[in-house]
Amino acid sequence: MGLNTPEIELLGIAPEIALVVGALFILIVDAIIGEGGNKWHLWILSTIALGVSIFLAVQAWGSNELQMGDMIAVDGFAAFVKITLAVFALLTVWLSRSYLHRDGIEESEFYGLLLFAVAGMMLMASAADLIMVFLALETFSLALYVLVGFRRTSLTGQESAMKYFLLGAFSSTFLLLGIAFVYGAIGSTQMYGSSAAGAGAQGIATALVSLPAGEFTLLVIATGLLVVGLGFKVAAVPFHMWTPDAYQGAPSPVTGFMAAATKLAGFAALIRLLDAILFPLRGDWRPLVIGIAVLTMVVGSVLAVVQEDLKRLLAYSSIAHAGFVFTGIIASNDRGVSGSLFYLATYGITVLGAFAVIAVLGGRDERRTTVDDFRGLFYESPLLAGALTLFLLSLAGVPATVGFVGKLVVFGAAVEAGYSWLVVVGVLASAVAAFFYLKVLVVMYMQERQEGAEPATSGYGGLATGVIGLAALATVALGLYWSPLIDFAERATFFFSAGG
Amino acid sequence: MSLPAYLPILFLLVLSTLFAVASIWVSSKLGPRKWTVAKLQPYESGIVPEEGVAENERFPVKFYLVAMLFIIFDIETVFLYPWAVAYEELALFGLIEMGVFVGLLVAVYVYVWKRGGLEWAE
Repeated sequence: MGLNTPEIELLGIAPEIALVVGALFILIVDAIIGEGGNKWHLWILSTIALGVSIFLAVQAWGSNELQMGDMIAVDGFAAFVKITLAVFALLTVWLSRSYLHRDGIEESEFYGLLLFAVAGMMLMASAADLIMVFLALETFSLALYVLVGFRRTSLTGQESAMKYFLLGAFSSTFLLLGIAFVYGAIGSTQMYGSSAAGAGAQGIATALVSLPAGEFTLLVIATGLLVVGLGFKVAAVPFHMWTPDAYQGAPSPVTGFMAAATKLAGFAALIRLLDAILFPLRGDWRPLVIGIAVLTMVVGSVLAVVQEDLKRLLAYSSIAHAGFVFTGIIASNDRGVSGSLFYLATYGITVLGAFAVIAVLGGRDERRTTVDDFRGLFYESPLLAGALTLFLLSLAGVPATVGFVGKLVVFGAAVEAGYSWLVVVGVLASAVAAFFYLKVLVVMYMQERQEGAEPATSGYGGLATGVIGLAALATVALGLYWSPLIDFAERATFFFSAGG
Repeated sequence: MSLPAYLPILFLLVLSTLFAVASIWVSSKLGPRKWTVAKLQPYESGIVPEEGVAENERFPVKFYLVAMLFIIFDIETVFLYPWAVAYEELALFGLIEMGVFVGLLVAVYVYVWKRGGLEWAE
């Protein structure tokens, strides 16, 4: 019996390898150095690992092949997602340094787990086999469960980690069942089913061509289950139940990272599956995804209105934003895919900025995160209030911010694909959403500061300020001059294709 | 793919469920019960459990850590055996793959060691 050893081509997963090696290095170095000290090496090393990872991801730009025994797709889509994920992680690392240092809970494990999570998310973006999707999903989920509960002394932190863990494990079973159905339908778990693995290597894409019509029942069931499993991760209604609790209890930098990067990773897998692989079955999955999109936009926006806690409010807003991304997926044309990528990238930057402001203002142990705590903020710290205003306006989709451009491109794609009524729903949901963003602004500008309130900003590092500044700059700059990023996203819409 | 083809599986499913439920029910009704102190022990013929555990006290979480470390390094051995069997065929590929695998475990080992995971006393 001859063994079929896959060829080892490292370019495809080089960004992930850099992160894993970096994370292990950080863990071991810190374990050897031991307790105490300023721990400045942690964020420096993380930054270097992420920098190398970005460099390697850029190297893979322009490739179009399947690697590692057809498990990994190296294409423009994956490269775009990987670069964006690494940028999110960089901002998170810098913000976390300030946050953890202030709260006195800075540990090497935080940075290690964060890098492991990013590596998993990157694999998700280039997974060309459903088993790979599952492994990647578990890699970043397991790391995130711990990160969510990183404030070990906080009860809400523990509660949210537990909830996230239980519901995350539950959602994984749907994904696995979906994979099992795919295997039942076509006899493999490959997405593309192609080139080198030998004759008869079947994948979803090849099966959709070769199977006679009417044999797709199992694949349709599988698609539904896969959408449910991934829908949990991107917090789509009705699979959003964990989101508000997990977002509220997690440390603010982690919450921002989850809103930005977890969504991007989950949607990356969804986009590749629905818009590239299962494109021929779009008649079957579109009704399901349209239902999810409408529910997500409406429920997210409406429930956010009654929230008192700013982190919970942004959690519901992140649910609504997932719905807007779905409109781009439903369009499933080139503009839809590039629009979704653009939307996810810009939403991520904005929401990271918003959570950075909350991390700074929440104070030690995040005691002040209710909307009331932000009363009169403008009069005490106009710059932070201004930055938060900018982020909230961008999330609301006000022109001259990048949020407006993002909505414009995904809605434009949906109209092009003939889903004008869906866009109407989206615009109405945005109008509802604008209400609660403005509510926060009113509190910040038009109400008096509470008597005897603690000073809003106590002891945060220059790094957090830098993150807020960068995010604010990106929000405005991309809002006024968006074409480079859109071009980049448009050139990232090519998926692996055997033809070339 | 036709539905009748799956009928035997359905039949087996029903039959096995019925059998399982029935045997538990029958033995609970017919079986004699004679409790002795030995029978109420967690392990009828093993070591006596730690004092305190039986009294609903908490036992050290370190047991869990040790069990987890054992599994990690146990699995390493499980993977090493098939590699040894197929060493010739896998050639350089196998060597590199196992190098990566063992390297990861060494990193874990150093981490656990330096963090005091291998020491029992506080």
